[in-house]
Formats: sequence, C-alpha cells, structure tokens
Amino acid sequence: MHVLLIFILALIEPPGKPVVKDVPNDEGGKINITWKPTLQIEEIGGYVIYRAEKDEPYEEIGSTDKWTTQFTDSKTKDGIKYQYQIAAVKNGEILVRSQTSETVISSGQWFHTGRLNIFIGIIIYSALVLWFIYQARKGKEMYIRKIAGLDALEEAVGRATEMGKPILYVPGLSSIADIATIASLNILSQVAKKTAEYNTTLLVPNRNPVVYTVAQEVVKEAYTNAGRPDAYNPDNVYFITGNQFAYVAAVCGTMVREKPATNLFLGYFWAESLILAETGASTGAIQIAGTDSVFQLPFFITACDYTLIGEELYAASAYLSKEPLLMGSLKGQDWGKMIIFAILLIGSALILIGFNQILSLFNI
Amino acid sequence: MIETLGIWIAALLTLCILSFLYKDNPFYKFAEHLFVGVSAAYWAVYSYFNILLPNLIQPLFGQGQFLLIIPLVLGIMMIMRLFPKVGWMSRWPLAFIVGSYSGYHLITYLQSNAVEQVRATLVPFVQIESWKNLFTGPGVITFLNAIAIPVVIVGVITGIIYFFFSKEHKGVFGGLARIGVWFLMIAFGASFGYTVMARISLLIGRMYFLLHNWLHLI
Repeated sequence: MHVLLIFILALIEPPGKPVVKDVPNDEGGKINITWKPTLQIEEIGGYVIYRAEKDEPYEEIGSTDKWTTQFTDSKTKDGIKYQYQIAAVKNGEILVRSQTSETVISSGQWFHTGRLNIFIGIIIYSALVLWFIYQARKGKEMYIRKIAGLDALEEAVGRATEMGKPILYVPGLSSIADIATIASLNILSQVAKKTAEYNTTLLVPNRNPVVYTVAQEVVKEAYTNAGRPDAYNPDNVYFITGNQFAYVAAVCGTMVREKPATNLFLGYFWAESLILAETGASTGAIQIAGTDSVFQLPFFITACDYTLIGEELYAASAYLSKEPLLMGSLKGQDWGKMIIFAILLIGSALILIGFNQILSLFNI
Repeated sequence: MIETLGIWIAALLTLCILSFLYKDNPFYKFAEHLFVGVSAAYWAVYSYFNILLPNLIQPLFGQGQFLLIIPLVLGIMMIMRLFPKVGWMSRWPLAFIVGSYSGYHLITYLQSNAVEQVRATLVPFVQIESWKNLFTGPGVITFLNAIAIPVVIVGVITGIIYFFFSKEHKGVFGGLARIGVWFLMIAFGASFGYTVMARISLLIGRMYFLLHNWLHLI
C-alpha cells in the first residue's frame, strides 16, 4: 500500500507556482491567488491553500475543488507581506505542494478604475447642472412644458380652502435615502407655502422618523417664509408608526374622519398605494399622486385624478418654485437625457455595422 | 389553548379591519388604534435591540470603537428636537443625513438607472437572424422575435422624449412623446394585471385563514 502511494506521489506533478496579486479596486484586505493545475488532475481530490507571514509557519486558509485554480484570500491585513503555497490533496492527505509564491501585500485603493465611465458621467452631468444654474441665476428665461398634475395643485389647494377642509399630504413610505422622498419634501415646501397663504390646514402623517423630522422643518420654514409662522401647528405634521399597514390603517382612518378636500400622495409607495388612493376616492377628495415606483403607478393612474409619473415627480419642485437652483438642475437633467438619447441612436447604429467595441465604454 | 385563543383574536381583528369596506365604525377604529400602538411599541423595542445595541452601544462601550462617538453625538443632537430652546441642533444631523444620502445616490442612480440601462439597450436596430427566421418560417413567435428589439429601442427613445421637459409636446416631437405615453400605459397595464393577481392571492390567503383555521369549514 505504501509503495503504491509513493508511486502515485512520484507521478503527480505539483500545481504551478501560485501567482499572487492584490485585488484591484477594493477597500483592501484581499489577495487573489491563481495557479496552473497539476497535470494528473484525475488523481487528486482538490487543492488546499496555505498562507504564511514572513518567517512564520504556513497555515491553511481555504480549499477548492480540483477544477478551480483561483482563490481570493479575503482575510489579509493591509501592509503585511504574505506568501502562499498550493497543495494538491486527496482524502485529506497532502499529495504534493507547489513552490512558494512571491511575496505580496494587500492594500485598498481610493479610486476604482473600473468606474471611470461613471466618474466621467458625473462630471458631465454636474457641469451641465452648474451651467444651467449659472444661466438661471443670470436671469435667463427657462421653459418647462406644462405638467397637468402640477397645474392642478393650485386648484386643489383653493378647493380645500373654499370647503374649509384640510389637505392631506402623504410623503411616501420610504426613507430619506430615496430620491422620491427628497423630491416629495421639496414639493411639500411649495404646498405648505400655499396652505400658509390661504390659511388652510395641512396634515402630514409620517411613517419614517427621519422623514417626519425633515417634514416638520420643511413645513415650519415654508410657513415662516410665507409670513405666517403663527399659523404653523407642529401637531399637524406627525409620526404614526414604522409599520407599513398600521400606518395605512391610520391614514385611511384620517381620510374618512377628517374628510380632507385634497389628498396628495407624493413619494415612494409599496402595496398600500391602491388602499390609500381608493379610500381617498371614496371620500370624494381631489387626488394628486406621484411616484417613481413602476409597480404602483398603475394604481395611482387608476384611482387618482392626476398622477405624476417618475421624472415628473422630480421636476415638480422646479416647476412649482421656478427657483434658479432647481430650474438649473432640471435643465441639466433634461440635457443629460438628450445625451443618453444620442448615445442610444449612434451606439445602436454603430453596433449594427459591427462596431461592438462601443459597449466596453459602458461596462461596470 | 393559547393557539386557539390566538386564532380567535387574529380572526376577530381581521373582521374588524375588513368591516372598513362597509364604512368607518368603532370596530375598525379599535383595530386601527391597536395595530398602530402595538406596531409603534414593537418597532421601538426592535430598533433598540437590532440597531442601537449591536451597531452602537456594544461596539462603543464594549469594544472601545470610539469613532462611533460621532453617530452617538449626531443621534443626541437629533433628540434635541424635544427641547424647543436647543431644537435647532437637530438640523445638523438632518443636513448630514440628507447630504450624504444625496451624494451617495447620485452615483448609484447614475450607475443603475443610466449607464447599465444604456448598455442593455445598445443593441442593433435589426437582428438579421431573427428576420431571416421570420421569412423562412413565418409565425407569431418568429414575428415577435423579429420586432422585439425595434420595439424596445423605439419604446426607450420615445419614453425619453416624453420625459424631456424643455420643449412643448407639439408637432413631430409631440407625436413621438405620445407614442412614449402609449408605451408607458401598455407597460402599466401589464404591471397592473400582474399585481392584481398577486393581491388576489393575498385575499385568498386571508379567506383561507378565516374559513379553514378559524371556522374549519374547508
């Protein structure tokens, strides 16, 4: 038996000397190890990877099957020199070891070279936005097409004022990390300004504690800017609960008891969208909704009077306020879209004639 | 015994919530207030044990990760809202949250909503192979395969035109924007039907609970 094992060991070539490299474009702490497989691949069960710091004994750090010749050591300390060995094993027995690799050090990178295209995109987009903000501040007239849902906002606030009923504003159910929530809070500022001017009650129930805090600040500031700080009632901007359907149950209760003349559902929504919109419709309120959630838009379109679709929600604050900063940002977005439009047309034509290299510009 | 009691409470509260379909009533109000109160208390306890304790209190006071003093101070500043005289302090952590999230998402959105989408749409207008298949074996499937790519490209381009706000939707531009709206509405219709089916399955689940677990009728 021993003779047979020695005979097999003598036949098996060791795996190739491991090639070790620091993993590029990462936060550090990782080293890539690759090696050439042993020629007698049928005779082995797999590979075991060994690592050693300088002048320290080797320790096992992982294993692979016999068909895999790559391993990422993700437990290294940056700045320390490591060496690696690969052992071919079978049934827990080491058959043969490779040569020792060169020394390698792991390190983190500040710049992800694979994201250069994103970096260039951000620079182009930021330049466009800054240019248009500069133009708007210089007083250049900037055109925005009509957005029906936003034109109806003034009418909706006026209706609530005439009826002596409140306006219900739901800023979505998502966190402040969502762009739709930030867009919604910008619109809330404009709506609060109008309700302050008309002395109409504005109810803002919240699900997220941070959004609630920001909403309070936004409404308070809007009332102050409208010259009516005395009319601001902090109890009208309130937190309900973090639970999705408990929040919805409470908002539906508010809709049927307070009977707001106008319901505004602007922000990010999930499965509750239709429950909110249907309950609001049953109370006879005029309803304006807006979200960038593709799955909830159909429900709002079905049950609300006006719906802001995706980008229209982002454009709303600029449309309502006409502030140079927001107008410039909107114009920048518009021309960003035109660049995408041009890339699609030209890119598709180039690919049609076989110039596929253009795709590599968009690899991430 | 406890399980039976739980089923009875769940069934009665389900009926209380469903009674809203008739109109607002004291049963619904009871269930609503109970739901809000229980969930608010649950989330408060959950947040302490699953967020504050493992991410702040244990690493800071147990493992000496003193960098976490920064979020601790920001959190305390946020609570200052409760005291009107120093309430202004809460604006600093709010500004930090909104600013950092906006900056972070500018990059992730450009990556996922622009660059990756553009790459996925960059395909030849016409796939010669699909059209060859259509002419050699005409049929619904080969026809759909042949027009799939042109439809995607036209849909994306006209959709972008609809969301271009700097030009009035008139003439050719308006016509293309209208096509874009058609694409959107068809997509929304499909999404609507799909989601309604999912919601009906939820309703079936609740009815099954009432009729099977509670009343043992099915």
